[in-house]
Amino acid sequence: MEHYNMNLTLKVWRQKNAQDKGGFETYQVKDISSEMSFLEMFDVLNEQLINEGKEPITFDHDCREGICGACSMHINGQAHGPWAQTTTCQLHMRAYKDGDTIVVEPWRAKAFPVIKDLMVDRRAFDRIIQAGGYISVDTGNAQDANNLPINKDKADESFAAAACIGCGACVASCKNSSAMLFLSAKVAHLALLPQGEPERMSRVTNMVDQMDKEGFGSCTNTEACEAECPKGISVQNIRRLNSEYIRSVFSGDDK
Amino acid sequence: MGITGVSLIAFLCVHCYVNSLVFINVESFNDAAHFLGTNLLMHIAEVGLFAGIILHIVQGLMLTFQNQKMRPVGYEINPGNKSSKWYSRSMGLLGTLILLFLVLHLWHFWGPNRYNQITTGEEISLYDKMQATFSELWVVIVYILGCIALAYHLLHGFWSAFQTLGLSTSKYRPIIRGIGYAFSIIVPFIFIMMPIAFYMHWV
Repeated sequence: MEHYNMNLTLKVWRQKNAQDKGGFETYQVKDISSEMSFLEMFDVLNEQLINEGKEPITFDHDCREGICGACSMHINGQAHGPWAQTTTCQLHMRAYKDGDTIVVEPWRAKAFPVIKDLMVDRRAFDRIIQAGGYISVDTGNAQDANNLPINKDKADESFAAAACIGCGACVASCKNSSAMLFLSAKVAHLALLPQGEPERMSRVTNMVDQMDKEGFGSCTNTEACEAECPKGISVQNIRRLNSEYIRSVFSGDDK
Repeated sequence: MGITGVSLIAFLCVHCYVNSLVFINVESFNDAAHFLGTNLLMHIAEVGLFAGIILHIVQGLMLTFQNQKMRPVGYEINPGNKSSKWYSRSMGLLGTLILLFLVLHLWHFWGPNRYNQITTGEEISLYDKMQATFSELWVVIVYILGCIALAYHLLHGFWSAFQTLGLSTSKYRPIIRGIGYAFSIIVPFIFIMMPIAFYMHWV
C-alpha cells in the first residue's frame, strides 16, 4: 500500500473532570503518516500540545494490539472509527485523506461518566462481572486436556463469545446505551461450557440485576452493537441471554 | 413487548384473513364479520386484544422514555444508518403513528358498529360502511400511510419479538427473518388494497 502524509483537522472533546461541562476544541496536525495508528496520531498531537505548553488530551489505551479493550474513542460518529471489527488502536491513518476533519468524542452513556477528555469510567462493567461472570472452583493443577468432553460447536461458540474485550463499544453504539451485548457474551461463554453449569441460573439473574442497577438501557434489537463491535460478537448471544434469563425465571431456584 | 407483539401479530392474521374475503366473496365476509361481532367467545377475545394493545403501548412508551434517559449527553455525530436500520431505531415513532391511525380506524368501523349493537341490537353492514368510508380520498391516503407505518413496524418488530423471547436461534433465525419480511410486506399490502379497491370501485 502506498505511503503518504496528510494534514488533518481534529475536533476533540475536552473536559477537565466529571463535573466540568466540557466542549470541543479544534486542532491541526501536520505530516501525519498513513502508516501511523490512530493513537500514534494522538501521541503526535499530544507532543505538539505539550510543546505549546497546553494540557495533553487524556485517552485510554494499553496494549495497542487490539486485545485489551482499553481504547474507546467515538470517531466521526462510530465507535472505534470506520473500520469493521477494529479497535481504535488498530485503526490506521490510511483510513483518512489529506485535509479530512475528524471528530473524536468519548463514549456517551449514563453508566459511563466521563472522567477526563476522552476517558470514561467503565467500572460498571467490572461490577457486572463481579455479580456472576466467573466460576467458583478450587483451582489446583490444570486438568489434562480433553478431560471434560465438550462439543466442538459449543466450544467454538463459547470461544467466539469469550472474545469480548469489554471495551464498551456496544454501549456507546446502542441508541439505548444498553450493555446487553457485553453481558450476553459473558453469560453465553460460561453457559455453553460444563464448568459454567453449576451457577448457570444464578449467574444470569445476578448479572442482569447488576446491569439494570448500573443505569444501562434495555435492548431493542437494533443490532448496532454487533455492527460496531471490534471483536464481532454476535447478537445471537443476546438471544441466548434472553433464553437463559427466561429459563432462570421459571426454574424456581433460589438465587 | 415480545409477548404482546406476537399476540398482536396473531390478531393481524385473523384481521387480514377476514378482510381479504371481501375480494373473494362478499357473502362470506359478512358471515365472518357477523361471527366476530356477535359470538361471546369473540367478545372475550376482543377484551384480551384491547388489553394486549394497551399493554403494548404502555410498555413501548415506558421503554422509549426510560432508554432516552440513559444517554444524558448525546453525540455530536451520530452513527445514523451506518450500523442499524432507521426503522429499528424508530419503533416508538412508528408505533405512535400506528396508534393515531388506529384511533381513526376504530372510530370508522368498530365504534359505530358496537354503538349500534348496544343502542338498537342490530349490527351495521360493515361492507356498506367500508364503501362509504373509502369514498373519500383523504381517508384512503391516511389508511395507506397507516399501513406503511405498520409495515416498517413489523419489519423490525416481527423478528425482534422472537429474539426477545430467546427463540431466534441460529438455526431458525433465517426462517424467522424470512417469514417476518414476507409478513411485513404481504399483510400491510392486503390492508392497503382494501381502501384502494373501494375507492376505485373494484369491489
